Amino acid sequence: MRGWSRRVQLVLPVLAAGVLLAFLLAPLLALLLSTGLGEALAGLRHPLAVAALGLSLLTTSASLVLVLVLGTPLAWLLARRTGRLPRAVDTLVQLPIVIPPAVSGLALLLAFGRRGLLGPWLERVGIGLPFTTAAVVLAEVFVSAPFYVLAAAAAFRRLDPALLLVARSLGAGPARTFFRVALPLSMPGLITGAALSWSRALGEFGATLMFAGNLTGRTQTLPLAIYTALETDVRAAKAMALVLVVVAFGLLLLVGRRAHGFLGGEGARRAT
Amino acid sequence: MLDARLDLRRGSFHLAVEFAAGPGPLLVTGPNGAGKTTLLLAVLGALRPSAGRLVLGGDVLFDATSGRCLPVEERRVAYVPQDSGLFPHLSVRDNVGFGLSRLDKTARAARVEQALGQLGAAALAERLPSSLSGGERQRVALARAMAMEPHALLLDEPLAALDTPSRVRFRGFLAEHLRRLAVPALVVTHEAEDARALGGQMLVLEDGHVTERGPVDALRVAPASAFARAFWTNG
Repeated sequence: MRGWSRRVQLVLPVLAAGVLLAFLLAPLLALLLSTGLGEALAGLRHPLAVAALGLSLLTTSASLVLVLVLGTPLAWLLARRTGRLPRAVDTLVQLPIVIPPAVSGLALLLAFGRRGLLGPWLERVGIGLPFTTAAVVLAEVFVSAPFYVLAAAAAFRRLDPALLLVARSLGAGPARTFFRVALPLSMPGLITGAALSWSRALGEFGATLMFAGNLTGRTQTLPLAIYTALETDVRAAKAMALVLVVVAFGLLLLVGRRAHGFLGGEGARRAT
Repeated sequence: MLDARLDLRRGSFHLAVEFAAGPGPLLVTGPNGAGKTTLLLAVLGALRPSAGRLVLGGDVLFDATSGRCLPVEERRVAYVPQDSGLFPHLSVRDNVGFGLSRLDKTARAARVEQALGQLGAAALAERLPSSLSGGERQRVALARAMAMEPHALLLDEPLAALDTPSRVRFRGFLAEHLRRLAVPALVVTHEAEDARALGGQMLVLEDGHVTERGPVDALRVAPASAFARAFWTNG
């Protein structure tokens, strides 16, 4: 009787883990099995897919550039400053991660829409954002920037402050200290953050749909095109889905390896 | 010559010191939390005192009355933190050349070779810091500090990270080079043996205040405070 109970205790966790694992893998397996290579290639030639691939590449590149250029200084400031304000900003920056994308889309509309908070003012200078490609980029920046900023700030916080002081004692001003010491030493963390942020932007659906709409060639990115193609051409939907899975998997491999990068050793990461 | 009168508060800690340092080592010792590192950081310019004045070789680095406070990068004060502070992503050559960006390429290369040669580290030029031993790291850090021709040198426990044999070897080496460099060199140390080998002047800091000062040999013969007596007995 006791042996039986022991066996149950050993088997139950394995069983539970197996059930979840199977559940996580089954949809991906189904996607892979249901789509042959030839079918996938044919699906990708569908006009909807061609336009969406190009648009997703364009908008996620633009949003990544914006996130890097504007997010790096923010992450640096968050990491270097202490006090109540930086802590509050740190929390605010994380908000878009936990807010449902549909809410983000609605909020973006309320801010930048024609009758929104800033809409009339933007319209006066000739800028109409909603339902444009620019709106797609903004939605992507909104949902993806926190991933980069948080990862970059964490990387900057891991820097040994003594190294930054040494650089300055050697005559390097703040800019040279940042570009020659802080940036290269934080690079693995920054790349991880950029990869996470970019993959979030690539998968963006809800906020884009609300704020930018679903216009082929203008605002219809890959996730929106998959949703649309489901009604007309399943083959195209599956092909685009496969593209996203392959890209995501590639990013996961990149991020995983980077996390154990060669700069992760002593010195660069030493906590003080 | 370094003339310092510094008043600095960090939370409940209060550093209030006044001292002058000529060329050669000025050893700084004291119990943990006495303010040794705080003192170094104030001279370096990383911490801003609330009152006082800091003059190095005629340059006013800090003056509370006029509000002058030179940034770290303009003080020409070299700093070697406890674990030598080498940039892990740069070769030894690039580490030593880091402080020489104002020189042209040829002059920089020559200065780097010279500094590495003087410290017996020429063979290490292409190596990355992670491949160096503790003693080699300290030699390269010293070469980097000396290459910039500093007006003062700050060493935070330069011998603490070394094992005993390399510690004994590096001690004599450090003493010789500090004398040759001939600028004020503040050296934080916890070890009587290190103090004896380095010689020069000594400053005992306790709870943010200077409790003893004078030539190392004189302090060793007649230590005044309980800390100083224990320092020389245990070492």
